[in-house]
Amino acid sequence: MRGILGKKLGMTRIFDKDGNSVPVTVIKAGPCTIGEVRTKEKNGYNAVQLGFDPIHKKRVNKPVEGQFKKLKIQPVRFLKEIRVASTDGFATGQEIKADIFKEGEKVDVIGTSIGKGFQGAMKRHNFNGGRASHGSKIHRQPCSAGATDGARTFKGRRGPGHMGDSSSTVLNLEVVRVDAEKNLILIRGAVPGHDESLILVRETVKKKHKKKYKIKGTAELEFRTDGKAKGKKTIKKKI
Amino acid sequence: MDLIKMIEQQQLKEDVPSFSVGDTVRIQIKVIEGGKERLQAFEGICISKSGSGCNEMFTLRKIASHGVGVERTFPVHSPRLGSLKVIKYGDVRRAKLYYLRGKVGKAATRVKEKRSN
Repeated sequence: MRGILGKKLGMTRIFDKDGNSVPVTVIKAGPCTIGEVRTKEKNGYNAVQLGFDPIHKKRVNKPVEGQFKKLKIQPVRFLKEIRVASTDGFATGQEIKADIFKEGEKVDVIGTSIGKGFQGAMKRHNFNGGRASHGSKIHRQPCSAGATDGARTFKGRRGPGHMGDSSSTVLNLEVVRVDAEKNLILIRGAVPGHDESLILVRETVKKKHKKKYKIKGTAELEFRTDGKAKGKKTIKKKI
Repeated sequence: MDLIKMIEQQQLKEDVPSFSVGDTVRIQIKVIEGGKERLQAFEGICISKSGSGCNEMFTLRKIASHGVGVERTFPVHSPRLGSLKVIKYGDVRRAKLYYLRGKVGKAATRVKEKRSN
């Protein structure tokens, strides 16, 4: 799997070649240095560590500095692992740039959602709440906490609590523009997290929903006043 | 933030004439119809301007046939805008001329013209 760490810079708009206004999130993606390469023989699984945002070695503590020394790479602020099918072509110290993605490609973006603090059940879980008037005393309450024959509230019951500030993935976003020189990736639409937050862009796990068809033949259709279609129709057969 | 500004800067048109709220503006819009591109004209009073940089938008209002008011909003730097020409400079005291929406007849398009400068 291809992936790159980056920083969300913010949103803007760009005009595409047809003149449409496209809302985009600008991500400063990479350059990432590869840390440790984990192989199936040695570690039981194939993965690659991506390092992002180089820092001075004084900024890291001794045990962490030792790890970077062993790998012989510059210390980085973030070191994250992504799974790969095969570790061929990956080596420690190798640089990964934004050009691993192409324009028009679909990607997934993983970030940490904006923290909302302690929130009620209506905002947190989209509960309906009660009536505002007509003598109602239940306005924004979560109401019942479960059936009475359980004699307790079961674990996992939805209610008020801390919302946001958790890992969030958005699937199948379109890459609008890639600038490897300036390390920029422009992605259509919004991306989780606030500006300047750490983001992982990876190739999408979603399968393409294109159905496979085989062309069976063509048929001529004639237009009639009763609303039937005219022209050629391609008859497709599902594989 | 500077990188975002840089991206926005690349989109800006250089030849947009300066115009303000109250001016009568004639624009040409590129319309794609049946695979063909043609220019469609639209003329009206600029009743609002908002945003800055590549997010700058303006609204034109005109009175179409049967006294129906028509408003269209465009991004100033949109590539779909073929041309933009200021026909009349207006002299107004407001940033948004939304009060024109409530006017009927002659008053609906009445904006004092700026003395030639």
